[in-house]
Amino acid sequence: MSNFAIETVGLNFTFGRQAILKNLALQVPKGSIYGFLGPNGAGKTTTIKILLNLLKSPSDQVFIFGKEINNNRIAILKRVGALVEQPAIYGHLTGKENLVNRCLLLGIKRSKADEMLALVGLTEAANKKSKQYSLGMKQRLGIALALVSDPELLLLDEPTNGLDPNGIIEIRNLMIELTTKYNKTILVSSHLLAEIERTATHVGIINKGELLFQGTIQELQLLNKPLLEIEVTDIDRASMLIEEKGYEIATKTDAKICIPFISQTESGMINTLLVQNGFTVTSLSQQRKDLENLFLDITKTN
Amino acid sequence: MRSLYISIYSEFYKSRKTLAFWASILLPLIICSLITFGFYSSSEKILNLHQPPMILWLRYISAALGVMGILILPFYVIFMAFSVNNIEHKNDTWKSLFAQPLNKFSIYAAKYIFAVILIFLSLFLFCSLTFAFGHLLQLLVQKFNFNQYDPSMILIKFYTKLFLSSLGILSIQFILSLLWGDFLKPMGIGFVGTIMGIIAGNVGWKYAYLIPYSHPSLVLSGSKAAANPSNFPIFTHEIYSSLIYASVLFILGYFIVTKKSIK
Repeated sequence: MSNFAIETVGLNFTFGRQAILKNLALQVPKGSIYGFLGPNGAGKTTTIKILLNLLKSPSDQVFIFGKEINNNRIAILKRVGALVEQPAIYGHLTGKENLVNRCLLLGIKRSKADEMLALVGLTEAANKKSKQYSLGMKQRLGIALALVSDPELLLLDEPTNGLDPNGIIEIRNLMIELTTKYNKTILVSSHLLAEIERTATHVGIINKGELLFQGTIQELQLLNKPLLEIEVTDIDRASMLIEEKGYEIATKTDAKICIPFISQTESGMINTLLVQNGFTVTSLSQQRKDLENLFLDITKTN
Repeated sequence: MRSLYISIYSEFYKSRKTLAFWASILLPLIICSLITFGFYSSSEKILNLHQPPMILWLRYISAALGVMGILILPFYVIFMAFSVNNIEHKNDTWKSLFAQPLNKFSIYAAKYIFAVILIFLSLFLFCSLTFAFGHLLQLLVQKFNFNQYDPSMILIKFYTKLFLSSLGILSIQFILSLLWGDFLKPMGIGFVGTIMGIIAGNVGWKYAYLIPYSHPSLVLSGSKAAANPSNFPIFTHEIYSSLIYASVLFILGYFIVTKKSIK
């Protein structure tokens, strides 16, 4: 039995002659919140559509709960809920009717619609036509539609699009609750790392159809080596001195020099060195690149 | 089978508040009411013709059939094929529909069957309202002789034939509306097809029965030629042709759906 809720093996996908996904090897462990990160146009939505069998994948490349998708479409879809791109909502129906329609299709009792509306905070707007909903309300309804079948695996494509900060926090908490309390697996795509950083247990970074990084959030942070940031007078001479003493300069601006952080003792020695040579050190601090910059670095390289 | 049933029920649930659904009820109601009102307001003139009951019924029935068969039915079918698919195009819901654990055939067939049901409903109402309003006219204007002839057989045969003749057009338009999300392409092709069909049907071109858009007008012109108006066959060339078009295109449409990538 596979431990992965989602596993793709050397997945390639093309639209005409254009290669959209190249040798993609996603491994989403069961019970994880997998942050699927990449800039716009990286292939995130295409991947999600393949995972739902909306786009046909070559055989034996996509496995959901260990089953090949093309041969087990219905069995797999019974266990999956999804929100793809803009929420797919019938504008002429009310929020509740949209959910009732989904309950009809899934053979679920209609009362589940009310439960879902309460869960995403749309009870008051239940009987309003959904075309009159704000983008944030539509997004919530889309999430409710994805959750109505109580799926084991949730695929959420940029679910916080259009939500206000409160809404974003609610969705974040909901995702954490779903995985910790109900042992669900969530794949959530985003182009903003900061959004994923707080919830994801695992991260996959995709750019131009290639998976550049895959691992736990801790592994991603390990990639992120700390720097010693020095604010000092006469930057040019100070940096020459530092280099002469055998340190490597990572970056230099008009006001700061950054060198790889080695240890606190080493930082003290550099400070003494600079002061003894007549420089005034105004600040000396250990900096870690935020994940946003790290993400930019990783995606820039390919 | 269950997945087909729930898909059809969902189609009804989704469209029950749309114009397309109500059009299938309102169209026969409005047209039959207008014709009945016309007969009522010019009853003196009609009574002066001293027509036998069967001819009076035929005059009354053909008023609805004439407009319906030639012009309205093809456009109504084009509109129905468009609207059952457009509900998904407009809301961008194809992706969520095909991401449900239902087989693709059920989703596709449910839409097609729902369009057939709407056309059937509309023609059924035309048939029964014509019958009912004819008798209503008799009640309002006692001098009419509607009560001396039973037109039910003529009505049932005419409308059954019209219904069967519309299935070819439905299947072509259904595929066009499935492929294209916009209104103009399927509507434009349907419009040109209908005009061609009417011309081909009316000039009596011997291969007109091969054009689905001419089937409704062929049904009308064919039955007019019969010596006894109630004695015409239902299964004629154009009906067989319509049914063959419908079955072949229905199967073709399914293959398009299975191969289609949902963008």
